[in-house]
Amino acid sequence: MTGTRDIQVTVNGKAYALAVEPRLLLADFLRQSLGLTGTHVGCEQGVCGACTVLVDGDSVRACLMFAVQADGCTVETVESLGRIGKLSPLQESFHAHHALQCGFCTPGMLMTATDLLKKYPLTTDDEIREGLSGNLCRCTGYEHIVKAIRAVKVGDAP
Amino acid sequence: MKPAAFEYVVADSVANAVTTLSEAGSKAKILAGGQSLVPMLNFRLVRPAILVDINRIPDLAFIEEVGDTIRVGALARHHQLEISPVVAKHLPVLAAAMTHVAHLAIRNRGTIGGSLSHADPAAELPMIALLLNAKLCLVSSKGERTIAASDFFRDALTVAIGEDEMVAEIHLPKLPQNTGWGFEEVARRAGDFALVAVAVTVTASDDEVTEARIALTGVGSTPVRMQKAETLLRGQKIETKLVRQVVETVRAAITPDTDLHASSDYRRHLAGVLTGRAISAAWKRVTETIA
Repeated sequence: MTGTRDIQVTVNGKAYALAVEPRLLLADFLRQSLGLTGTHVGCEQGVCGACTVLVDGDSVRACLMFAVQADGCTVETVESLGRIGKLSPLQESFHAHHALQCGFCTPGMLMTATDLLKKYPLTTDDEIREGLSGNLCRCTGYEHIVKAIRAVKVGDAP
Repeated sequence: MKPAAFEYVVADSVANAVTTLSEAGSKAKILAGGQSLVPMLNFRLVRPAILVDINRIPDLAFIEEVGDTIRVGALARHHQLEISPVVAKHLPVLAAAMTHVAHLAIRNRGTIGGSLSHADPAAELPMIALLLNAKLCLVSSKGERTIAASDFFRDALTVAIGEDEMVAEIHLPKLPQNTGWGFEEVARRAGDFALVAVAVTVTASDDEVTEARIALTGVGSTPVRMQKAETLLRGQKIETKLVRQVVETVRAAITPDTDLHASSDYRRHLAGVLTGRAISAAWKRVTETIA
């Protein structure tokens, strides 16, 4: 029997201490153990990007990491960005530019964009598109998502 | 799609990791960045009884300059290689290749040691290791050994590494003075595995090529160096006719597989086109350096 491990992890500024099975994926830990269902689970093989979260500030696929590996780490999910009535500038920009339809990919898009804005100059739309290439959206055709991120980059967000 | 249960061992040193490996025999797997292993675990394509997590080994993610060599720890992440000033200065072709590897979230986690050990036949890092004449330092509980990249990649997803060994360091000789580089890749979408990718370095003095290296990935079960084509360039000036001859030599030297993504003929076509472009880019860079 493999048993459980005690882990301590800070998620969206709140400290948690839980026992987890080593095989529990970080994505399932966030959703099922902590009830933070903003992080979506699509493909569970690192392809769709819906489960992207920040671990110690870097974007990662929460389906390609075990919760036990986040022991001692700081995790930020989409719930950290803003809330209804007080959205973050990036979320406001997604809203203003109609950058979502069904919304399934949106948490991953937002967390990916957060890391992209931090790490790359994003001087062209091609760069933004390349940065988003690991996040699948089946509704929007990406055009409005690119515009939303561009607006934040140039300080033109609503 | 959830992994089967496994015993989870956190290694706090390379010695500790390989001791666990030697005790566990074929039952254990090393967990580095996990960007290839975890999908396979999720699909239960692999079901190791023990996972040895090396992510908490201190100081295994270094990138340092030692004499004529850049030494890279097995845990250095793709994104670290992408933005490292040391890599940018001495091995710019490596930095350029990293931008083609998957996506930022994958590059934040994926490691050099993991990519080389996994040896996907269309991955960029194995090809770059071959191009740069890398040496890999393998450690087991019995000791250490060094193996050249050219002896390391044996087949698709198959490398010359024992069950009780792990890649601990990668040594990459700096590129010589007056060297230009080219990197060309075609993939279905940005970040996908390469249909074909080509990396070239050209070293010149007085308008003549003194050394040329050409490596390809996506054209066989392992990355390949094109020695015959490299020889054609040595001692020559780069001209259209010569590049065409090199392109034909490369096309004749490979027998790519047909798969879901591309036919053998299309891959051979791409290999030629991309080789020509990469040589031109390398030559342009080196002539600008000399001028």
